[in-house]
Amino acid sequence: MSAATDDSNRKFKQIGSRPIRHDGLDKVTGRARFGADFTLPGALQGVFVRSPYAHAKILKIDTSKAEKVPGVKAVITAEDLPELPMSWVSQGPAGVDSGANQRVILAREKALYHGHAFAAVAAATREIAVEAGRLIEVEWEVLPPVLSVDQALAEDAPILHEGQKTEGAGPPVEGDTNITNQIVFEGGDLDAGFADADLVVEGEFETPMVHQGYIEPHACLVNAREDGTSEIWCATQGPFGVKTETATLTGTDPQTIKVTPSEIGGGFGGKIPVYLEPAALALSRKAGRPVKMTMTREEVFRGTGPTSGSKMKLKLGAKSDGTLVAADLRLDFEAGCFRGSPVGAACMTTLSPYVIPNFRILGRDIVVNKPRVAAYRAPGAPIGSFAAESLLDELARKLGRDPIDLRLQNAIEEGGRAKYGPKFGPIGFKETLEAAKAHPQYKTALEGNQGRGVAAGFWFNAGMQSSATVSVNPDGSAVVRTGNPDIGGSRASMALMCAEELGIDVARVRPMVGDTDSVGHCDPTGGSRVTYATGMAVIDATRQVIDHLRARAATMLDVELDSIEWQDGNAVAVNGASDKGSIPIEDIARKMGATGGPIVASASVSPPAAGPGFGVHVCDLEVDPETGVSRVLRYLVVQDAGKAIHPTFVEGQYQGGAAQGIGWALNEEYLWDEEGKVENAGFLDYRVPVASDLPMIDTVIVEVPNPLHPYGVRGVGETPIVPPLGAVANAMRDATGVRFHRLPMSPPRVLDALEGAE
Amino acid sequence: MSAPVSRFEAPTEVEAAVALLAEEEGARVLSGGTDLLVQMRLGAGAPPLFVDVKRIPRLTAVRLDSNGLRIGAAVPAAEIYENDEIRSLWPGLAEATDLIGSTQIQGRATWSGNLCNASPAADAVPALIACGATAVVAGPKGERRVAVEDFTTGPGKTVLERGELVIEFEVPAPAVHASDAYLRLIPRTEMDIAVVGAGVALTLDAAGTVESARVVLGAVAPTAIRVPDAEAALVGSPLGDESLSAAAAASTAAANPIDDKRGTVAYRKKIAGVLTTRAAKVAYERAQAR
Repeated sequence: MSAATDDSNRKFKQIGSRPIRHDGLDKVTGRARFGADFTLPGALQGVFVRSPYAHAKILKIDTSKAEKVPGVKAVITAEDLPELPMSWVSQGPAGVDSGANQRVILAREKALYHGHAFAAVAAATREIAVEAGRLIEVEWEVLPPVLSVDQALAEDAPILHEGQKTEGAGPPVEGDTNITNQIVFEGGDLDAGFADADLVVEGEFETPMVHQGYIEPHACLVNAREDGTSEIWCATQGPFGVKTETATLTGTDPQTIKVTPSEIGGGFGGKIPVYLEPAALALSRKAGRPVKMTMTREEVFRGTGPTSGSKMKLKLGAKSDGTLVAADLRLDFEAGCFRGSPVGAACMTTLSPYVIPNFRILGRDIVVNKPRVAAYRAPGAPIGSFAAESLLDELARKLGRDPIDLRLQNAIEEGGRAKYGPKFGPIGFKETLEAAKAHPQYKTALEGNQGRGVAAGFWFNAGMQSSATVSVNPDGSAVVRTGNPDIGGSRASMALMCAEELGIDVARVRPMVGDTDSVGHCDPTGGSRVTYATGMAVIDATRQVIDHLRARAATMLDVELDSIEWQDGNAVAVNGASDKGSIPIEDIARKMGATGGPIVASASVSPPAAGPGFGVHVCDLEVDPETGVSRVLRYLVVQDAGKAIHPTFVEGQYQGGAAQGIGWALNEEYLWDEEGKVENAGFLDYRVPVASDLPMIDTVIVEVPNPLHPYGVRGVGETPIVPPLGAVANAMRDATGVRFHRLPMSPPRVLDALEGAE
Repeated sequence: MSAPVSRFEAPTEVEAAVALLAEEEGARVLSGGTDLLVQMRLGAGAPPLFVDVKRIPRLTAVRLDSNGLRIGAAVPAAEIYENDEIRSLWPGLAEATDLIGSTQIQGRATWSGNLCNASPAADAVPALIACGATAVVAGPKGERRVAVEDFTTGPGKTVLERGELVIEFEVPAPAVHASDAYLRLIPRTEMDIAVVGAGVALTLDAAGTVESARVVLGAVAPTAIRVPDAEAALVGSPLGDESLSAAAAASTAAANPIDDKRGTVAYRKKIAGVLTTRAAKVAYERAQAR
């Protein structure tokens, strides 16, 4: 389809309105069905059995005692899956490390983190399965764990994977190593840049491993049938990914698997990978019964993918007038037990919002004995942004400059090059900075022990593949079907775009999320891509439906197709045929059986790029100097949405990302003991913010249209979590006079720092 | 093997509850269940017998008179802190009760559960001790009264013997110029467990001099502890910087916490002093205002 912004001056009638989300009533009344709400007659309960060690060779597993427990119907280990070889070289950005993925489901040679599953049991009840799991006997060879970047890089560090070499650019690494990959971006002349600088600021920064903290634990129901086909019901961001990944890891033909996604209680990237489904399928096959698996909260924390902990070093050089001239950045990210941290994305995003002519960026992907990381909302970008925005704040202080002005002075604009190469198209960075500066919060006076912090950030957003089908009902209403689970209100956005094109009220469009057999391929709900890419497929399919409607009307009015225009839900005769009048969609629909049959159209898209989203956050907080406890007083998110389809859900994304980022900044962290055991695998001691911890987060939607989308849409889901780490840290600096280089800024750390500063 | 089956009984008289608890080893009292059920989920296993005490009239009765409060052990937290008279007579105790768990939990959680769970970080316990509360215990040998400050003997340990349960609490009426306060430190604003808790009850004379004081700390020792040196520092003068800082120093010195995921020893000791000062100030203002 034409992707030009042909509607830039269009007056929208449905877009920009705020209908109630289609899943809303079921969710507030508790009727919505999530992953754990599905069952089948005769379903067994499946549980994983998990490693008590963070790093140990598996010498032998004896499941015989467990198998003899009455009520146990199947026990599996890695031996029950067809072995997929490990690859010690990256499969590339589009590739899949199947060997590693399979070993995340069930450990094969080694347990690589505390809680790493090595067996699974299906039994009549969960209690029996758990009890039988305890009877599985394992001979372990316990190895010393590697629990931090520093430990992984130490000269005598235990090596997680024999045969692991360092790929990529950067300084050469000899022999087997825990560094899987090095990424380098360079531009200009770094030494000359720093020599040219009037002022240099530098610092080392550290962030802990953190979890997405979605409320709904992973859950699935799998039925392997006698005919070789399988059905899966599960909570996932990407049902098509569940299908192909479950097939690959179990050696199954993917076309025999149908995946039906449930409603989803949060994902943030963490529900793109599979954990349960391949094991449940293997158990179901072995037992000849459906198998349901539901993680406990503790298992979610121990056994699913959080995002990386990091150590970073950054040096920034500027002229005395504030112009940035040089940046030297090193990012070391924990990947967890296999390659694949988001350090590459962090290398790409961290410095790209600013024009810096001379730079060097080195990112290293480092394996440690912790759960293998998964995507988490703008993966990697918040971590790098914490370092960059902290030092920009230092620079503004040293130069006596307003922090927004300093960013405005150095902000990237259309035509500017990102640090990883490409030029930015139209972007709204300066507009967001200006809107933040103009907001009343920015002028609100602060009192004692209070501080204000500013930070900015960006995320690429994704395109990827999407499909949509639109059909017209006999009463002139419509159904729009896609394959993207609705996390942030995307059903409403799909309905709005379909209604806008058809020229009918959004209440007359029913959106639905199909299973993998009922709709064309859709990549996951992730990458802030659904409203953008799937929305384009919806618009395209709807426009095809309109062509059908026009053709039917031309027949009914007996005029040439060229003489029919579509206006506000009516086929209108024009071009000299205007005496023929018009026909509303209801009349065309009622007669479609007689004019050519049902009207249905499908479309697919695969946009190679998306419109980047820039955001600016302003955090006002207060610190209790006697206890180190801080409270966020006011918080502002300004972000370029390109075009807000459903403003309430755009604002919701802004607020949700900010809330998660504030939690990351202030209290969230995995706590590990010396042996690598997670000490806080629950929401009591893994402290995400509760509602009363946060003020109502203020939002401003800036709209600089994205030319790649017909309405100008940019993804909005991920950018909001990029700036908060820096914004909160800069507010803390303003309130206390202390620069925090390590997250989280929990009360004991803050009090320690304040006492150190005395 | 099959899933263990627990028996469930809901007697309507104290004697029947005592008999059930005495007869079945490992039987557990169920009032709110907000600790018991969580412990089961965390792998403690189901007890062989649940004795639900909420149908015993004496355990859900509330009686308030000039002697003070006599309240059934199964009265939920929300019913306590929503009682205007209780709030005005023991505002600190009401505050502490309002901090247990979350709003939903408070519809079920009880003082007796908070006490018998014997967590060093229980919020209601320091406040109950500050107010001089007594637990009435029923058992095979009849009833006995145990001061709340003597009730807990260590983490998870109490003076209760087999067949015994807490049936009531008695809280003596405060003097004319007396009041209390409870503060706790948590990293969040709610739904958390005290890093440190401090309950202070003060009685003043007509001139505003502190006549008597009770200072109690939670989460800094195996049980909630009174701090006699802090109490002594507060008595004998109107509340001033000198007595407050002496009380804070006494609390910091008395605190004997552990390093754990919720706080370090140094942090907890320091906060024990800070919260003692702050709670004392609040209690003093309230006592003056009465």
